[in-house]
Amino acid sequence: MPLGLILSAMVMTAFSGIPGLFSRPASQWGQRLATCLMLSGGALGLAGAGAGMFAAPSSLFFFPWPAMGNATIGLDPLSAFFLMPVFLIGGLGSLYGLGYWKQSEHPHNARRLQFFWGLLVMGMCLLLIGRHAMSFLFGWEFMALSAFFLVATEDDERECRKSALIYLFSTHATTLTLFGFFALWRHATGSYDLVPVVAGAVPPGMLNALFFLALFGFGLKAGMMPLHYWLPGAHASAPSHVSAMLSGVMLKMGIYGLVRIGLLLPEPPALWGGVVLAFGAASGILGVLLAISQHDLKRLLAYHSVENIGIILMGLGLAWLGRAHDRPAWVALGLAGSLLHVWNHSLFKPLLFFGAGSVLHATGKRNLDLMGGLAAFMPRTALLFLTGAVAISGIPPLNGFISEWILYIGLMRPLALGDAEAFGIALSVPALAMIGALAAACFVKVYASVFLGTQRTPDVKPVHESPRVMLIPMGVLAFVCAVIGILPQIVCPLLESVTGLPQLSELVPFQTIGAVSIGFLSFLAVLTAWILFRTKKRRRTGTWDCGYAEPTSRMQYTASSFGNGLVSLFSWFLCPQGHKSAIREIHPGQASASSHVDEVVLDRLLIPVFHRTERFFSWFNRFQQGVSQNYILYMLVAALFMLSLLIPYRDWVLPLFTP
Amino acid sequence: MMERIIHLSLLLLLPPLLFGIINKTKARFSGRAGAPILQPYHDLARLFRKGTVVSSTTTWVFFAGPVVTLGATLLAGLLLPFGYSRAMLSFSGDFILFAYLFGLARFFTTTAAMDTGSAFEGMGAAREVTFAVFTEPGLFCAFLVLVKTSGTLSLGGMLPLDGRFNVTEGEFAPLLMVVIGLAIILLAENSRIPVDDPNTHLELTMIHEVMILDHSGPLLGLLEYASGMKLFLLGTLLCDILLPSGTGQAWMDAGLYLLMLVLFAVAIGSMESLMPRLRMSRVPLLLISSFLLCGSALILFVR
Repeated sequence: MPLGLILSAMVMTAFSGIPGLFSRPASQWGQRLATCLMLSGGALGLAGAGAGMFAAPSSLFFFPWPAMGNATIGLDPLSAFFLMPVFLIGGLGSLYGLGYWKQSEHPHNARRLQFFWGLLVMGMCLLLIGRHAMSFLFGWEFMALSAFFLVATEDDERECRKSALIYLFSTHATTLTLFGFFALWRHATGSYDLVPVVAGAVPPGMLNALFFLALFGFGLKAGMMPLHYWLPGAHASAPSHVSAMLSGVMLKMGIYGLVRIGLLLPEPPALWGGVVLAFGAASGILGVLLAISQHDLKRLLAYHSVENIGIILMGLGLAWLGRAHDRPAWVALGLAGSLLHVWNHSLFKPLLFFGAGSVLHATGKRNLDLMGGLAAFMPRTALLFLTGAVAISGIPPLNGFISEWILYIGLMRPLALGDAEAFGIALSVPALAMIGALAAACFVKVYASVFLGTQRTPDVKPVHESPRVMLIPMGVLAFVCAVIGILPQIVCPLLESVTGLPQLSELVPFQTIGAVSIGFLSFLAVLTAWILFRTKKRRRTGTWDCGYAEPTSRMQYTASSFGNGLVSLFSWFLCPQGHKSAIREIHPGQASASSHVDEVVLDRLLIPVFHRTERFFSWFNRFQQGVSQNYILYMLVAALFMLSLLIPYRDWVLPLFTP
Repeated sequence: MMERIIHLSLLLLLPPLLFGIINKTKARFSGRAGAPILQPYHDLARLFRKGTVVSSTTTWVFFAGPVVTLGATLLAGLLLPFGYSRAMLSFSGDFILFAYLFGLARFFTTTAAMDTGSAFEGMGAAREVTFAVFTEPGLFCAFLVLVKTSGTLSLGGMLPLDGRFNVTEGEFAPLLMVVIGLAIILLAENSRIPVDDPNTHLELTMIHEVMILDHSGPLLGLLEYASGMKLFLLGTLLCDILLPSGTGQAWMDAGLYLLMLVLFAVAIGSMESLMPRLRMSRVPLLLISSFLLCGSALILFVR
């Protein structure tokens, strides 16, 4: 039954964009219809996934379809858990798009966007319920390709085309790795079905090969640290609700792949957990450092995805270490922290991207250094954005804290119990603490430079608050963030059902932290009421400027100056590059200064290496002229060569030389 | 019940006293008579009676800053045992909440500072969040050592470190390193010399004082009260680690704890009189050394 709901939801979402394709470019009805279909499909899917989380562990459904490799699909609590954000953001993002990317304002690409939006949601659902390599890969490619078309929505811009191509390249690298993975899987297990491997059936070397292939492929999709290079550009160039979908939901498909494969592979050695934990910690710290050094709001948010994926991977690493050392408590805490963070990130990251989209929609700016004072013009957006900012910084009493807290308990518990393997795990605790502090620093910077102070540069058009269709999705997300933060006990049974480990409620005092949060918030309410009453008579005046006569809004601390301290302290990694015009005359004229931080992997490693490879292989151009006759000739030669291998040389040629 | 009332009243009443003792010590060092020890109470009372001036660029965040800061600090105070008494709230993983509540306070103090659009307050806020990046890992390393020593995951279980736990000889030195590291973290978190000078206003080297430049009246009162409470709490954390074995008699134990606290305040006052403030670019080095001290202690402990 839940699977039926999900299948019907998939059909509705897949077809949501199609009627709109036949509408006139400037008319709205196609988009409205698509949103209606997406919202109702999303509601159906949420109901199905919600039921699926508590349903019997696995309901398999086999449809004999030889062309699809007789694929099996199925629903278990893990799939249902990952399906929830897909349907939630699928519906809400579509609603947001109704205000943000109006068909009448974007007649050239809005219809395409809706079409691929539905396909993207459908593809992700298919890969989540696929229990066979074929259906999994089908879903994967639907997702990857529709995401490419979504990133390339504004393909009249050069930057956008470039990011989309880089994304296409890396997503195909993932697909290629997955082909390799599934071929190896077939070789090792004898079938393409994604069923648990019996312990001892596969040699350890093969298991290692499978694991590292999966880590590379899924890590590339998830944006794990050295493989994150495609992510900032793609997320920055896509329309904001698409960025929200990509960052909040699509990256998690990589995590899903890792969790799923991890559950299928037996007896993981401790090395796997250790590697994932280390990569997680590195992704977390380096991701947030790169985020602090950004000037572009959406690029900054994209780097925060790298950070959050890092936190999620740390939990996964702990869970794997727990399996290797046979400690169910580690598995429960690691997996629960990791999965709850998956949900949390798919709530607050879309919230922040929607907020960034509203800012972009209202001001047309993405550069943090040029914004400021928007809270006065868009107070609701500002409040919702602040909620997201507090949540992503992992600060109590919102949801980000809960998942990080579970993870902290998981990472520290081995040390408290005096386990021999505890030390390596404990070393990641300071890393997590540093990630938290850096994220908070970064979001103080973002919120302050976008919404607080006064406008740093005058706006061309008057700034307006976002329309209701854009505020409602943000409000829903902020509400869910607050609910998970204040009433964490409601997610505890979900997590226990998904991880299949019922001891979570004994390990983590969910009830207590919830009660403390409620008490804390009520105390804050009382204190606020008192202070408002006490300061009822207040005088308004300008900001104290230390006696300076002519303060201007340009004198405010900008986002760059706010982050400068951290950027220069970590310049050995970030290598910030400044451009200043030199002062030569006694009375210098107008001067300018700018700085930027390169993308570590893409700009410093991949592009130079690819350029060098391209130069090295330039002689090969002689053979590649684009003339089809030549290619036919090449094929013919190759085919003849292959055929010639069939000639029994030994029988024909050898007798000529032997008497 | 009685214990809880005492805990709450200590938490609410003691913080300004520490400022009084510190100021008295500093005055004595410079040969002045100094303000009475109870002066900070009068200052706070006066601030709460005063009117309020608010910058016209600010939003509600400006008011949320002091309120959240005080609320978070107060809640953190309920999690910490004072001396030999028990904490009011104690649960598994509460020290993570303890550390993160200061993070929450920092988030809203700095955001409120940025709300005014003043460049000075921006500088203070930027420095505050920058230094926190180095104090947080150190603090967690120190907590890890305490977790390892006590075998529990709650502040109430791990403190006071008064001989309940089996600390062997080889662990004295690492514990001392933790104490030194925590002391540096405490100085940085409370904006004391050598990281920041609480007595100067409006210098370009300021951190905490410059962030609250635009707050006035009751709002400023809340912030000052909260910063006193934070000093009190982190001082108590340090005292809890240093406390010797209890005598078993409640009034003697309480006296011992209060004596430690007074000594702590005098120590801070003396240090402020004897040491100059560090150059701003040197501060991260100091903070990293505190992290390294706590981290090395952890390595020595776990081995």
